[in-house]
Amino acid sequence: MGSNMAEAHPVGFQWVMEAKLRGATVIHVDPRFTRTSANATFHVAIRPGTDIAFLGGVIRLVLERERDFREYVVAYTNAAQLVSEDFRDTEDLDGLFSGWDAEEGAYDPSSWRLTDERDETLRHPRCVYQVLRRHFARYTPELVERVCGVGPADLLRVADALCDNSGRERTSAVVYSVGWTQHTVGVQNVRSAAILQLLLGNVGRPGGGIMALRGHASIQGSTDIPTLYNLLPGYLPMPHARQHPDFAAFTRAADPPGGWWGRTPAFAVSLLKAWFGAAATAENEFGFDLLPRITGDHSTYPTVLSMLDGSVRGFFVLGENPAVGSANSRLHRLALAKLDWLVVRDLVEIETATFWKDAPEIGTGELRTEDIGTEVFLLPAAAHTEKDGSFTNTQRLLQWHHAAIEPAGDRRSELWFFTHLGRRIRERLAGSTEPRDRAVRALTWDYPTAGPRAEPSAEAVLAEINGRDADGRPLRSFAELRDDGSTACGCWIYCGSFAGGVNQTARRRPGAEQTWVAPGWGWSWPANRRLLYNRASADPEGRPWSERKRYVWWDAAAGRWTGEDVPDFGAATPPDYVPAPGARAELALPGTRPFVMQPDGLGWLFAPRGIADGPLPAHYEPDESPVGNPLYEVSASPSARRFDRPHNRRNRDAGRYPFVLTTYRLTEHHTAGGMSRFLPFLAELQPELFCEVSPQLAAERGLVNGGWAVVVTERSAIEARVLVTDRVRPLQLGSRVVHQVGLPFHWGSRGLARGASANDLLAIVLDPNVSIQESKVATCDIRAGRLRP
Amino acid sequence: MRHPRGAAAPVTGVGFFTDSSICIGCKACEVACKEWNLVPEDGLRFLANSYDNSGGLGADTWRHVAFVEQRTEDGVRWLMNSDVCKHCTEAACLEVCPTGALFRTEFDTVVVQDDVCNGCGYCVPACPFGVIDRREGDGRAWKCTLCYDRLKLDMLPACAKACPTGSISFGPVEEMEAKARARLDRLRDEGVAGARLYGTPDAGGEGVGGTASIFLLLDRPEVYGLPSEPATPTRELAGGWAAAAVAAGALVLGVAAAVLGGGRRR
Repeated sequence: MGSNMAEAHPVGFQWVMEAKLRGATVIHVDPRFTRTSANATFHVAIRPGTDIAFLGGVIRLVLERERDFREYVVAYTNAAQLVSEDFRDTEDLDGLFSGWDAEEGAYDPSSWRLTDERDETLRHPRCVYQVLRRHFARYTPELVERVCGVGPADLLRVADALCDNSGRERTSAVVYSVGWTQHTVGVQNVRSAAILQLLLGNVGRPGGGIMALRGHASIQGSTDIPTLYNLLPGYLPMPHARQHPDFAAFTRAADPPGGWWGRTPAFAVSLLKAWFGAAATAENEFGFDLLPRITGDHSTYPTVLSMLDGSVRGFFVLGENPAVGSANSRLHRLALAKLDWLVVRDLVEIETATFWKDAPEIGTGELRTEDIGTEVFLLPAAAHTEKDGSFTNTQRLLQWHHAAIEPAGDRRSELWFFTHLGRRIRERLAGSTEPRDRAVRALTWDYPTAGPRAEPSAEAVLAEINGRDADGRPLRSFAELRDDGSTACGCWIYCGSFAGGVNQTARRRPGAEQTWVAPGWGWSWPANRRLLYNRASADPEGRPWSERKRYVWWDAAAGRWTGEDVPDFGAATPPDYVPAPGARAELALPGTRPFVMQPDGLGWLFAPRGIADGPLPAHYEPDESPVGNPLYEVSASPSARRFDRPHNRRNRDAGRYPFVLTTYRLTEHHTAGGMSRFLPFLAELQPELFCEVSPQLAAERGLVNGGWAVVVTERSAIEARVLVTDRVRPLQLGSRVVHQVGLPFHWGSRGLARGASANDLLAIVLDPNVSIQESKVATCDIRAGRLRP
Repeated sequence: MRHPRGAAAPVTGVGFFTDSSICIGCKACEVACKEWNLVPEDGLRFLANSYDNSGGLGADTWRHVAFVEQRTEDGVRWLMNSDVCKHCTEAACLEVCPTGALFRTEFDTVVVQDDVCNGCGYCVPACPFGVIDRREGDGRAWKCTLCYDRLKLDMLPACAKACPTGSISFGPVEEMEAKARARLDRLRDEGVAGARLYGTPDAGGEGVGGTASIFLLLDRPEVYGLPSEPATPTRELAGGWAAAAVAAGALVLGVAAAVLGGGRRR
């Protein structure tokens, strides 16, 4: 769902095709009939932005027919726990959960808490299972048809296929991609899948799970070792200026009683030791004071709005092309023109580096080159073939790549750039006594370099990330990390990737020479474990649920967990282990609790905290929608983050923009085009921006295949070539027909293949949990012809 | 075993099996072919023909993925197939080539030597599949070499190497044919009514003595832009040569008579 895997991940899709050849049923639920649909067993066309209504319909069928994997659900999820008496559902409050603060525009989650009471019969009206049943009771096939445009037969077909293929003997997997997250309810879309998979017993078992396909290579790596403002490596939170006055407050916030997060102090101290070395001591809280602090949402979009307002003066852009690739790219270009300085590092001269001379706004006269004061530095970057390093892919697998050739000319790796930039800055600050320079001066910055260009050693960086003990020996596992300063580790989940001083990520043992789990290929975090929460692949007594699906199990004779993979559990912790009072971290979880990163060790059907927009997913219309919400008075997500301002207007009038607009990628191009539009072999395959419309809409609006059309939203208007295709279907929502317009977003003003940027049409409206933009759905109008005749 | 005309004995050659039923239309074959063989860009044209902007095989496109959208009872079917030179057993391009630029390799494939080709273009209308073509601004004829240079190094052809789903297989023609037949049997068992082979000696390859590019298609060849009954045009020359011999004889006599007669006039 929400994935065009064949087009955006064709190399990974080979395994889907392989599974299909072996008899797997492949179901594609997606607004568009794509190359993925063409290769699926069947395709279900759904209106963009209605995934929760659809999955809610499937969940309702599972619960009403009691098709859930009951033993799994009772033992491994929080289904049996009772919800606080204070909790009120969206069904009670017409689209709001209890705790809504209208003034703040946010929830107080205290009424969502779970009590210590359990009802393993799952009959108690306040147990999670019954709360879930009531919550989804109105998501009937009729409602799904009215909201999603999916008929009852298709809904039943999907539900039956999943239920028939789940349980003791079988498992089903859900795949989603970045598109599923690009909604005001993106996180709740994923929550819906998690609830369904937990009910069907499809988590922690071979062939099951939820696969989040990332946008491109090593985006998983860029969240593990994050480029995100609110995270430190290994998903430790970035300290907050007011909430974390000292180290104790910082670790308390991230230190629940049970599960591996209970070891947060050891992870955090080891990180500080890796970064600040001898300058990190017990006396100075291991340099906690040297870490930067956040004060609010400093993610991409609020930062760009601050640029537009003049409060952000400088901008580094690496491997990204916001002038084309970000939602409301037009607003981004206007913001770039307000900067004092801009540094762009890329393979080619992308639009973000040349907005000042060839942005569409220069053509219209809205911006004038001579008025733009931004000083632009364009630095050529080396390609992945020109540098050593690792990719961390969607399944948490680190794979090393070696430089094949030296970067030509002035091209340099990111590692070279930042190592030498840091070195030069530190040289300049060597004599500084300014408090603000303390952190940079205290950093360990001694990466060995080699060759005529003084290229830093990427393996030395991996070794630092892996970590060392007090004697400098490489660590083998995050279980060795200590909070007393005796261990240093740059990212606790990567601890073990350089075990024994050997680059484990460079291992390439052929599949034929090892087991089907292939632990000798690359290295996956954590602990080279290929399947997370694999304790759930055995029943509460530690026996495989079935011979067919055996994976990790308890060997009573040997007194340890064994099987195909590295057990997710203390290898000698028996299934009947009961924690002693006061036990902490992983030792605080009973032997029957597989979800070792959760404080209670259970899969959360109901999320009592941690999610900004509610403990359960509920259907809200997209921020811009041609129809109302038949379920609730509250139509769109009340928690979504909105920025009402010039250049980011949102459509409130369905009559003006009657059609649904969706944007997407094609297999022929790479995201904002920097890596594809400038190459003739790729540019020629999709040489121009085009819009995809149904024959019905084409007839209605006089659009001609191969001709031109202008697509208009509340933000902007762009022109595109027309592709009339039966693959785009008008959606029948009850008595109403809704037309869709599809636009790939790869083009810009430069390169061999040029065209307008579809992102100019989109608004900045964000999911409240992760600040991702709603770029998969908006409202638009479309007219035949060109912008300027 | 294939027995090309003029060969003393049957040859064990290599070729492709392109299984369109598992093609995902990613065009990795088109791009890998161009990168390896340094085939130039074929024009930046939006063709408004599904996702096909290459148009067809030519001097500058040696692998071409066809995209066919069909209305069905319950929606739409989207067929994809990667076309390529057939490396015919009776290769008309080779047979009409006056310079010997086109030749049959030790792998039983048909290759143009670009340093010998003089650009006469006889091969272009001779090809029953419309594969070989002259390059604009160059004049010489170009087409798939079945990665002759890679084969010499025991490497897979670039397209087969790049294909993520195994839609393009490469190997001995007999093996490819067996694989294609097994796949066809399975699809028929699964009730895929339109599945058929193309390019084998008994299906679509009759007129060219069989090919080294076997396809599994899900509909009639014409749907994918492939000729339904391709035939080597030089086959028609068997009768033609006799007539030509008579004509040539008459011409010799005529010339001789003219020369002799002329002599007399002097």
